[in-house]
Order: sequence, then structure tokens, then C-alpha cells
Amino acid sequence: MTDAITIRGAGIVGLCVATELMARGVHVTLRDPAPEPGAHGCSWWAGGMLAPFCEGMTAEEPVVRLGQQVADWWEAQGVEVIRRGSLVVTLQRDRRELDQFARRTTGHRLVSGEELAALEPHLADRHDRALYFQDEAHIDPRAALMHLRKRLQEAGARFEQDAAAPDGPVIDCRGLAAQDSLSDLRGVKGEMVVLRSADVTLNRPIRLLHPRFPLYIVPRGDGVFMLGATQIESEERWRASARSVMELLSAAYALHPAFGEAEVMEIGADARPAFPDNLPRITAKGETIHVNGLFRHGFLLSPAVARMTAGLVMRENQRPEFYHEDHG
Amino acid sequence: MPRYYDTEITSRLMLGTAQYPSPAILAEAFKRSGAGIATVSVRREAGGERAGQAFWDMIGDLGAHVLPNTAGCHSVREAVTTAQMARELFDTDWIKLEVIGHADTLQPDPFGLVEAARILTDEGFKVFPYCTEDLVLCERLVEAGCRVLMPWGAPIGTGLGLNNVYGLRSLRAHFPDLPLVIDAGLGLPSQAAHAMELGYDAVLLNTAVAKAGDPVAMAEGFARALEAGRLGFEADPMEPRDMAAPSTPVLGRAFT
Repeated sequence: MTDAITIRGAGIVGLCVATELMARGVHVTLRDPAPEPGAHGCSWWAGGMLAPFCEGMTAEEPVVRLGQQVADWWEAQGVEVIRRGSLVVTLQRDRRELDQFARRTTGHRLVSGEELAALEPHLADRHDRALYFQDEAHIDPRAALMHLRKRLQEAGARFEQDAAAPDGPVIDCRGLAAQDSLSDLRGVKGEMVVLRSADVTLNRPIRLLHPRFPLYIVPRGDGVFMLGATQIESEERWRASARSVMELLSAAYALHPAFGEAEVMEIGADARPAFPDNLPRITAKGETIHVNGLFRHGFLLSPAVARMTAGLVMRENQRPEFYHEDHG
Repeated sequence: MPRYYDTEITSRLMLGTAQYPSPAILAEAFKRSGAGIATVSVRREAGGERAGQAFWDMIGDLGAHVLPNTAGCHSVREAVTTAQMARELFDTDWIKLEVIGHADTLQPDPFGLVEAARILTDEGFKVFPYCTEDLVLCERLVEAGCRVLMPWGAPIGTGLGLNNVYGLRSLRAHFPDLPLVIDAGLGLPSQAAHAMELGYDAVLLNTAVAKAGDPVAMAEGFARALEAGRLGFEADPMEPRDMAAPSTPVLGRAFT
């Protein structure tokens, strides 16, 4: 199965797997019910933070390890990677949350209020200390999806607008839609808001630790900010709740009051595909290889998982990390 | 072992199911601690068309009794509706009743709690009320039909331990035969052991385990502390005294 292969699903996973296979000379057909990346897919709603160290707060070790190589991969594809690190702050009364975050993560250093002001002038005098994760980066996820798709098309990959399962060997990257074949795949709802404000400038993603309403803000340039993201054990994909939006907005307002005057550009919701350990899986099931369960790490881990998948297809490595067999 | 509404549970630990790093870690925490009851929040996960079903199925597979709760409800009506929904979703008449009265401290609303407990008991629910250690409130809850009381140790998620040991002790003395469960506010195993030493029947934890750096180890730590504390209680501890009393008689010295 190394000359030609069909990939079902042209979201972040499908596009990354296709990219890795094309690079190995495999002819790839991508099959997806939608004509191009958009609001129908959960990748569309991603934050685009390449923040393996911060994710280490709750994620398992492979996320931290594999996520560290990913900025280079994106850059090699020609995607603009903004390497300015990321910052973690708390409100005054939750100061101890910052100490705990520092204890449980790596790749950071504590910066003073003055250093923070130098990095983010608009946060000056608002926090007396912060954690600076210098080696983290971020990308615009929608631009990245469009870019990968365009490059694949230019390289000769075929795109078919079709939901049906094709004949022959398939790599199934359909995300939550693959619940019909993967019994322990579940959806974890996430909600996000996009704001535009001419009054605030941020140079890098900021995480606000809060015991009730944790928040991250990713600057997208031109005064646009993505606020994310809730994490609810629900497969509801079609609506953001008033409560979640209110919590995201209140947290943003607490980070900087100027967000109170921002324009609400977008409110989004979707469900992330995840397995019980919230780690990805490469599952061999008959003639199909399922690549799924990227959870909240689609842009952070898909390149590494795609490389492993390509290695499996090319028989370079028959048992890559995350490999499972399903004889059910 | 504690009996709640005629059901004996073979563990003194109840665990919440929110905020864990992953469902796999949640399941392992239950396994290692042997927790007998799993509380689960209905409201936020419910959405439309049973969108939380995949997660609830995993909770069902934990092997613990499921105790749905009305977490996040701020009014009687909201709590009653959530309880009715929970009964349908989990096929149980058990409900952990929370009616929050104060947004910042998440302190229970005692008035709403009694009213909701009465309504739900009349509807055939077996109510586990999350309450304060106020004796009068607890009496009213029992009058309303509650056969278990779940006073807080400290506000939810604070990890401050048993804030009012005197009040909790009075409550135990006043309701010697009713199952009493410390619900909320614990952060450390030693605090759970203390609750056991006061004669409490069980504790309910969530944040202390879920937000620990190693939730599985913390769950086990709590389980062991509960065992230690309960053994201490059952062994009828010595009375504390001010004067030192040597455990070995001192021979050959004149009395002073």
C-alpha cells in the first residue's frame, strides 16, 4: 500500500498525513464531504498555540516531548510561525496558582513586572510577575490549514468532495465522525470567541490561570484576538452556551479592561475527538489505519503523528508510538 | 461501612468526576482508591440530545454507585429540574442536592436547600444535601426527609480542611445514627483522617484529587487516610491531658 492511498478527512490530521506521504512519493487522494477547510471541522476552531511546555500542566509526557519539534515542521511547510514565546499570568488573589504551574511545567522562567512590561507593554502594571515560556510559538490555524491544502494541491494531490468510504487501503482521519468505527472515541466540547480591539496589543499568547475560568488569548494580528477555550465532557458541537461565552469574556475583561469595548467577531463551538487518555492513536483495523484522538493538540501533535503514520505505511516502522491494533 | 437509604457502600470515599487531566486518569483514581460512589454533574454536560452520554458511559463503567448532583444550580427550580433530568439520565433516585446561595464562596443557600429537599423527597428522591454544619439547618433537612447529611468542611475547591471542628463535632453528637459525609473543602489526606476521627461516615472529594499533580496517588493517599482515621475512631482514643504521663513507670525515684 505504498503507491497510492486515500485519506478520509481533510482536517488538520488528514492534511498533515497527506503532506508526509506526498513527501515520500506516495500519490494521495483526500476525500472529505466539504470542499475546503471551514467551520464544519474542529481544526477550524483551534487556538494555534504551539505550546508544549504549558500543555504539560495537564497533558501526558509525549505531548511535551513531541510538541517541541513542531514549530520547525510548520516553518518548513512555509507557514508563518511566530516565535515569541508565551506568557502565563494570574490575577493578584490567585498568585499561588502561578507557583503551582511553575512547579508542574518546564521550559519557563519567572519574569518580574518590569520584564513583563517590556515584553507586553499593554500588560504593564497589571501583574507583578509572570511565567515566560520563551521557546513556545503560535500560528494562525486557519491560514495553516488553507496553506497545507494549497500546497498539496500544487504537488498533485487529488481532492474529492465525497463522504463515502472508498475501496482499498484507507487512512481514516475523520476526527469525531470516526466514532462509527472507534468505540472509545469521544467528543470534548470547546467554545471560543474572536474579538477585535484597537485598544490592546499583545505580542504573544497569554494564559490567565483562574480556578474557575481559565483562559488563553492568542493574538492573530490586526487587532484580532482568539479567546479560548472551554473544555466540557459533551459532544455537543452546534452551540456555544451563554455561560461559557460570558466566562471567556469576563476572564478577558479581567486580563485587560479594554477588551470590554472590543467587537465580538465570532463565537464558535465544536467537539474535539479524544480517547480516554487524551492522547492520539494510530489504530490498524483491517485495511484501514485510523489516525485520531488529537484532542486539543491538533496543530501541536499532528505533524509528529503524521510522520509516524507515514513511517507505518512505508513499512519503515511497524510499531510507532501511539500504535494500536483493533481486531474488533 | 456507611449505609445510605438502605444501600451499603463498601468504601468511605466518594469521588467527584470533574477536572481530571483525562478520563483514563479518573478511572485509575477510582481503581486505586476503591471509591464507592462517583458523583457526576449533569447540568453543564447535558446539552441537548444527551451530548454527555459518552462521558457518562465511562462513569457508569467505573464500578462505583453513581450519585448525580445539581452542581451550579442557584435556585430551587433549577435544582429540582436538574434532579429530574438526572433521574432520567442515570436511572437512579439518588440526588446530591446543591443549591448555591453565594456566587463567590459557593456557600449553600440554606432556605432554598430545605425547600428543594422537601419537593424532591415528595417526588420520591433520596436526597443527599450539600449543606453547612448549621445544626438548625440540618434538623430542617432531616424533617424534610433527608436521611444523610453532607456538611461542608470548607468552601468548595479551597482545600482549607475542616473550618469549624466544633460545629462538625456537635452535628455528629446530635445525629448519632444518621450518615454524615464531609462534602467539599478538603485538600489533604490528614484532613480526611480528622473527619473520620470525629466519627464522620465518609468524605466527598473532587478538586483535591483531580487537581493534584498526581491524582491517582492522591486518591490512594486519601483512601488510606480514611482507613487510618476510621480505625482511630473505632479504637476509642485516649483522652488528651495536660500533664505528661510516662508510659513506663519511673522506678527508683522519689515522688515529687
